Amino acid sequence: MSDVADRVRKIVVEHLNVDAEKVVEKASFIDDLGADSLDQVELVMAFEEEFSVEIPDDAAEQIQTFGDAVSFLTKAVG
Amino acid sequence: MFDLSGKRALVTGASGGIGREIAKSLAAAGATVALSGTRVGALEDTAREIGENSPILPCNLSKLDEVDKLVPSAEAALGGIDILVNNAGMTRDNIFMRMKDEEWDEVIAVNLTAAFHLNRAVLRPMMKQRFGRIIGISSVVGVMGNPGQGNYAASKAGLIGMNKALAHEVASRGITVNSIAPGFIASAMTDELNDKQREQILSTIPANRLGTAQEVAGCAVFLASDAAAYITGHTLNVNGGMAMI
Ligand SMILES: NC(=O)c1ccc[n+]([C@@H]2O[C@H](COP(=O)([O-])OP(=O)(O)OC[C@H]3O[C@@H](n4cnc5c(N)ncnc54)[C@H](OP(=O)(O)O)[C@@H]3O)[C@@H](O)[C@H]2O)c1
Repeated sequence: MSDVADRVRKIVVEHLNVDAEKVVEKASFIDDLGADSLDQVELVMAFEEEFSVEIPDDAAEQIQTFGDAVSFLTKAVG
Repeated sequence: MFDLSGKRALVTGASGGIGREIAKSLAAAGATVALSGTRVGALEDTAREIGENSPILPCNLSKLDEVDKLVPSAEAALGGIDILVNNAGMTRDNIFMRMKDEEWDEVIAVNLTAAFHLNRAVLRPMMKQRFGRIIGISSVVGVMGNPGQGNYAASKAGLIGMNKALAHEVASRGITVNSIAPGFIASAMTDELNDKQREQILSTIPANRLGTAQEVAGCAVFLASDAAAYITGHTLNVNGGMAMI
């Protein structure tokens, strides 16, 4: 598991208060992990801070699953 | 309970009658207050009356590029932001049949759209710190309507509706969003009323007097304080009984 994935998972686990095992590639923040739309905004804010990147609104809207977040951030920091 | 020590506030319209009192009252309760408006001299007067260090942040709220710089400047000057008071407001009265698009647009821009932009801009820092107080100064006219003020009434009713919607969205994050709807408040403008006009107005006010800017400011301090932590999406009517709603 890549370093990016670990860091993203840590944020998701802390923020949404879910078990790490549930945070799998296809897990949707809203449908599977219990996030509401504000949680999703806050997750994106937390990703921005952790990775020192800016995530524009239209990109943020595409980040629906844990896998989406990892691949976006892997590209963004890489 | 009403102590605001350590809190950082931004007040728009702090050069005007009510905004100056709000800024002074928040400061008296312990907050550090950034003062915004267009008349720098009048903002400096407010700062002098407060006595402590109050950053002055000039901003024309009808220009969105200036509006969007205001919250970042306030955060830089204050080291963060806990309280936003959208107090600035203007009128451009006309009866509906004569109202120009510009009159409509300008009032909506300053009274409503600027407040929308400022509200949106404070959400990120307030959500992060899990604390925030947003207060909009509406008007009895937004609740009751008033002939000749279709634009103003729409902007002030809009502020109340907007703040209620936002209150729903962010309540779980420790942010409250409320409005204050003053009735007739003594000001430079009301000083110019003649006796007959004054009597006519007073006849509609059970308290039989105009309100004072301090009486509006006290409500703002209350809503900003811990005493009001469980009040959100509310509109405080400060009108001497003129409209009991
Ligand atoms: N007085 C009343 O009876 C009464 C009743 C109900 C509601 N209100 C509301 O209370 C608020 C304060 O009113 P007030 O009685 O204190 O009136 P005021 O003395 O005329 O103050 C209005 C304030 O709004 C600011 N403002 C206006 N247009 C602006 C713009 N384009 N950009 C930036 N700032 C702008 C002014 O700043 P500059 O002068 O520096 O531009 C001034 O500080 C307003 O929202 C008003 O609608 C008043």
